[in-house]
Amino acid sequence: MLEMHLPWIELAILFPLIGSLLIINVSNPEITRKRALITCAFALVAAYGAWEDFHSLHSFQAHDHWDFFSRWLGPEMLVIDELNAPLLPITALLFLLTTVATLRTKVRRFPFSSMLFSQAILTALLTCRDPVGIIGLSALHCVPPALELRARGRSSRIFLLHMVLSTLLLMSGWAIIRAEGDTTVHSSFAILLLVNGVMIRSGCAPLHCWMTDLFENATFGTSLLFVTPMVGAYIAARLILPIAPAWILHGMSLIALATAVYAGGMALIQQDARRSFCFLFLSFSSLILVGMGIATPVGLAGALCVWLSVCMATAGFGLTIRALESRTGRLSLKKYHGLYDHMPSLAVFFLLTGLASVGFPGTVGFVGAELLVEGVISVYPYVGVFVALASALNGIAVLYTYFRLFTGRIHVASIPLTARWPERMAVLALTLLLLGGGLFPQPGITSRYHAAKALLERRIAPPLEEPQEHDSETDVEHASSPPASNVSIVSTTPALTGARHLSHSTTRVPNASVSVNGVTTNSWP
Amino acid sequence: MDHDSIFRLLGILVIVSPTTLVAILGISSLLNRPLSEQAISRWTFTTVMIGLVSSIAVLALMLYWDTRHVVLELGQWVNIPEQHFHFHSKFVFDRLSIPFIILTQLLCGTVGAFTHRYLHREPGYNRFYVSFAIFTLGMVVSSLAGTIEVLFSGWELVGLSSALLVAFFHERSAPVRNGLRVWSVYRVADAAFLIAAVAMHHMTGAGDFDGLMGQGPWPAGQASLTSAQALSVGLLLLIAVSGKSALIPFSGWLPRAMEGPTPSSAIFYGALSVHLGAYLLLRVSPLLELSTFLSVLVIVLGLSTALFAVAASRVQADVKTALAFASLTQVGIIVAEIGIGFRYLALIHIVGHACLRTLQLLRAPTLLHDYVELENAIGSRLSTGITIWERILPAEVRTKLYGITLQRAFLDSLIDRYVVAPFCNVFQWCDAAENRWTDWLSGGRSRETNHAADPGQVFDDLAG
Repeated sequence: MLEMHLPWIELAILFPLIGSLLIINVSNPEITRKRALITCAFALVAAYGAWEDFHSLHSFQAHDHWDFFSRWLGPEMLVIDELNAPLLPITALLFLLTTVATLRTKVRRFPFSSMLFSQAILTALLTCRDPVGIIGLSALHCVPPALELRARGRSSRIFLLHMVLSTLLLMSGWAIIRAEGDTTVHSSFAILLLVNGVMIRSGCAPLHCWMTDLFENATFGTSLLFVTPMVGAYIAARLILPIAPAWILHGMSLIALATAVYAGGMALIQQDARRSFCFLFLSFSSLILVGMGIATPVGLAGALCVWLSVCMATAGFGLTIRALESRTGRLSLKKYHGLYDHMPSLAVFFLLTGLASVGFPGTVGFVGAELLVEGVISVYPYVGVFVALASALNGIAVLYTYFRLFTGRIHVASIPLTARWPERMAVLALTLLLLGGGLFPQPGITSRYHAAKALLERRIAPPLEEPQEHDSETDVEHASSPPASNVSIVSTTPALTGARHLSHSTTRVPNASVSVNGVTTNSWP
Repeated sequence: MDHDSIFRLLGILVIVSPTTLVAILGISSLLNRPLSEQAISRWTFTTVMIGLVSSIAVLALMLYWDTRHVVLELGQWVNIPEQHFHFHSKFVFDRLSIPFIILTQLLCGTVGAFTHRYLHREPGYNRFYVSFAIFTLGMVVSSLAGTIEVLFSGWELVGLSSALLVAFFHERSAPVRNGLRVWSVYRVADAAFLIAAVAMHHMTGAGDFDGLMGQGPWPAGQASLTSAQALSVGLLLLIAVSGKSALIPFSGWLPRAMEGPTPSSAIFYGALSVHLGAYLLLRVSPLLELSTFLSVLVIVLGLSTALFAVAASRVQADVKTALAFASLTQVGIIVAEIGIGFRYLALIHIVGHACLRTLQLLRAPTLLHDYVELENAIGSRLSTGITIWERILPAEVRTKLYGITLQRAFLDSLIDRYVVAPFCNVFQWCDAAENRWTDWLSGGRSRETNHAADPGQVFDDLAG
């Protein structure tokens, strides 16, 4: 595996970790905030450096220069590849912007130390390809929010129940797969355990209530930073996509689609801005699993594009609600707030990020959403309608929330509510990314398409039946319906063991065979 | 410079001018440094004039050089060659788009100049022009679109600006509710359009109108789809058209949209936006030739909308709503003309009707003054004699008809009762169930904010 020029990934993990330790006992909130800010800025530089360095190598994957940790933990830890390369700087940016946009009124209550610790774990998780490492780190990632809930005197039972269940399912599923060994048949049962673990972590209905509970009881910043990087989707891409047979992936896709529609509808009837945001996010993030489950190059590329756009757009959307909450307290949607005249730029940004989330033309999510719809329609011509329905519901919910918060009456305030310069900076940075990515989408699409291809090439499960492209006679009727159940995979490759890695993006995994209803065939020549 | 280079230069000017306006007004607003009224007005005038002059120049050169079809290719916006996925930035100047783009620029210029005085010192002056600029860009992009995806992009911009301008007087809740209603209908229509666009892209391998509707210049061309495909895509597009042009059963949003300022009502619902659905039908009219059923459906939809609107317009108590329904009457007739196959007639009808209705709507605030002037001129009161309907129809029928039309054929009530209310009830039930579930899991009250959704409030908003 190629090496980068500097240990960027290790730095991106170490900076927040050290920062967290440096502020853990600092009582002065201003100093805490400043140190957190500096730490986040350094982490962003390191994460961006990793991305740029990786690009300059023109490789499918790379690891750090002076990679100390890999010697102890294995070569699949701290790896940068097509999938996670842009996720690292975006995640670091979200942490920085959240810190920047934390106003003085909230500095005392916001747990900066815990946030930086989360950032370190998250960065490690996103650069980890080892299944055991991913499961372990994802479990560790749940600790800071759980501790925060306890510290705030709130019940952490709902959150912990779901996270523990998700982790147990992932661990047991992977344990069975490991026990089955490299050349044994991987049972559908084990893969289903993994899928269920991922779906709980992603908040798929009906086991999504941990997410609404988290938004209800934790600080908005913590909730936002916990959910927006979409760890569930990452686990799905690393653990499930390579091995799951088509019928399981399609099943996951359908459940995620139902969640997207359900959450879109729920977002519309919520009377609390946080809960509405939570359901909106759930709807957007479910669409990513929909694209992953389709697992065609176009659908998967769409899902990966939507992943990035939703990550940025919903973070901006959430930060705006957080900015409003820091001025007015919890925002009820039962009444109109009429805040537009006090903070027009935040209002515009709120609308912009909301529309970017639903893939409005000119914003970063537009082409990704179109690719996703195209991918879904190519596999499920009729079910694909529900993606558009979810998008329509989300669009209505975004404007409904905007109108409720910013219009409807004249808001009289005794103190100025205008956006502070740090908030404006955060707003402008995200606006540039959202519009820039929307107006010049080709680099992003190319990168995500390559990542999608790489992910599909790592599949040792049977190749999914792809639609015949652009056959005007057959395309509408064509649907690669899931094969009969009882599909399982026979692998003679190290791809399932966690010690796998490909040396080049065009390499295909050889010697994989598939057993469908007892008949074994080679999946690839 | 050869012909192609000249057309390219002029075409780019047509596209870039409204884009520049959006960029200038948008960036200044985002930076919270709005321009002065004079500057906004000047930028609007300049960019619209550049667009208009360029459009006219394209038309003149096309006539002079006897060219019927000019294509402006701005390259591949997105391209995944291995998957044959292309997103062309392609614009077309032809017999359909040229009249429409000139109409758009002309009316946007007129309304822009009118608004400068009409909204003078209004707190939302800048906000109006930002939305207006987005609308102008959306209309230009939609009018010139050479691919269905580009048309969809413009279509969405028009929808957004429309909803924001309906809610322009946002310190009151009624305009906001109406804006949300308009947006909700648009989103449903947009969803249908998106599916249709993707389906067409999927069927033919590209969203290019040349590929979809045949190579010949409009209105010639043979769609490269089967009859069944044409019907399925056509039905989706018909939903999109109905939503955008307020055809039955979506007609209820049109009078609500009159809540916005008069200039926006004029340009949106009298002139351009309301005709965008008809324009889409004209653009995809080769599809209609492939399916007789689809054509008949278009005719029936157009005529029934026209009949409904003509009746509704006669009982309205305010001039803007009456004009909105009068406008809808003509749109219904235009749609029927397209269904019959009278494409040039429909196009001429659109142009004529848009100009007349813009004038009427812009004069609407001074209607009483105009009446007084008219009566002074003729020296007596205007006649309020018995109409032909009063002679033909019995009083009982007239009363019932009056009630029905006054309630706008209960179209909104039906949608509220059979779509919005069940939707809200189902999700509120789910919300309550979730609340009970999380209470049980947490062993106490899991929500501190709201414990049960208020059934009335959400419904009121969605139902407008």
